[in-house]
Amino acid sequence: MNLFVTMGKYFSLMGSVLSKPVNRKIFFRRLKAEIEQIGFDSVGIVCIVSVFMGAVLTIQMGINFESPIIPRYIIGLSTRDTMILEFSSTIVCLILSGRVGSNIASEIGTMRITEQIDALEIMGVNSANYLILPKIVAAFFTFPFLALLSIMLGIVGGFFIAFTSPDIVTVADYIYGLHYAFVPFYVTYTVVKIAVFAILITSISAFFGYYTEGGALEVGKSSTKAVVYSIIAVLLFNLILTQVMLT
Amino acid sequence: MIEVVNVNKTFGEKHVLKDINATFDAGKVNMIIGRSGSGKTVLLKNIVGLVTPETGEIYFDGREFVKVDEKRKREIRKDMGMVFQGSALFTSNNVEENVMLPLDLFTKMSKAEKQKRVDFCLDRVGIVNSHHSFPSEISGGMQKRVAIARAIALNPKYLFCDEPNSGLDPQTSILIDQLIKEITVEYNITTIVNTHDMNSIMEIGDNICFIYQGNKWWQGSKDDIFTTDNPELNDFVFASNLYKKIKKAHNDE
Repeated sequence: MNLFVTMGKYFSLMGSVLSKPVNRKIFFRRLKAEIEQIGFDSVGIVCIVSVFMGAVLTIQMGINFESPIIPRYIIGLSTRDTMILEFSSTIVCLILSGRVGSNIASEIGTMRITEQIDALEIMGVNSANYLILPKIVAAFFTFPFLALLSIMLGIVGGFFIAFTSPDIVTVADYIYGLHYAFVPFYVTYTVVKIAVFAILITSISAFFGYYTEGGALEVGKSSTKAVVYSIIAVLLFNLILTQVMLT
Repeated sequence: MIEVVNVNKTFGEKHVLKDINATFDAGKVNMIIGRSGSGKTVLLKNIVGLVTPETGEIYFDGREFVKVDEKRKREIRKDMGMVFQGSALFTSNNVEENVMLPLDLFTKMSKAEKQKRVDFCLDRVGIVNSHHSFPSEISGGMQKRVAIARAIALNPKYLFCDEPNSGLDPQTSILIDQLIKEITVEYNITTIVNTHDMNSIMEIGDNICFIYQGNKWWQGSKDDIFTTDNPELNDFVFASNLYKKIKKAHNDE
């Protein structure tokens, strides 16, 4: 019962969010700020994680494909496909759930308990639309770029291993593997996935922040809930989208 | 003028507002007073629409506010300004941007016109050199002044103040009270102040509504307070020895 009530509140909030902004100029000003906060500020963590993950993947592929019947270029191919299909969308989004999700929930939650949201409402502003829509739109447009960046850097990480440890895979084999049997649809699939995840992470986190009641402790709890439920939603929709798009 | 008609509000089993009827006049500082937990903040939140009453009506110059849709509510709210207990300034915006926001959102003024209006509002509340300071960089009294400046930016017809003096020293409290009074008279605003500060009541209260255990227990002017024989109101207003002496002196005159 509680789940249905929460879902009802979530969709009702999204109904308010998805209305026409009261002032287009203000909306774009806020969107610009959110793109900076949600997108640009996440570039660092995405870069670090992707490079290391690409490198580790290459080493592990090298160990697991230690067989005379498996060609070495498979290491490059596997690193590329793992980065494209799963890592750069799902794993990156799990990390972004923590970084972006907790940030959104705590920001909106603090605005709620300090009556800033009430102040907006009294002004005649649709506070949900004013605060949440720019965040969702910003994530929707920036997350796919983060995914593409992650794919690129993961492959660079693998290349670094090929360059420094030719006993695992040579540079020539690695590059041949990267080019071998490339399916462009996989990139479309990952971009669609991360765009959906962007909406889920920002809207779920904003939902928990928006309905915060109490004080600082409750803001912390909302932040935790935002991260947990965002992760669950990402994993669930990962399964659904994979079933729908790849099978 | 704001009219509250038969308003009831419950939270679970608790009946917080019981059939409240009250009228708040334009150009006057109307005060809702009462002990902590009496229901005065809930009444104010019902009036501004942050909480919806179970039954009853609220009229803003004859315009029904409770049963209308959100769009209509937002239209009426454009005539409202509110000063919150904790000021509720937008912490990521500086003082100037806080006052500018309602102008940005709801007017088609040019940048120069908006700047002129912001300067006027800040000047009116006595903020001169802190236009680019952030709320965390200014004192509580200044935050309240900025909140008043933001509230009057769009020339509201109705001004609501939720415990505007809480956390302020007596001198700053008097300044804020005087500012509220001056603005109310100057722009003929219907002002409702929610307070339990006796100094404010005696300084600026024109029409006082006493809430007791969720009921409207008494309504009258500040002069009527000295002559009323309402025991609950007397217990509340003249709780301190100082005010007992003031009452005695007033009645001896």
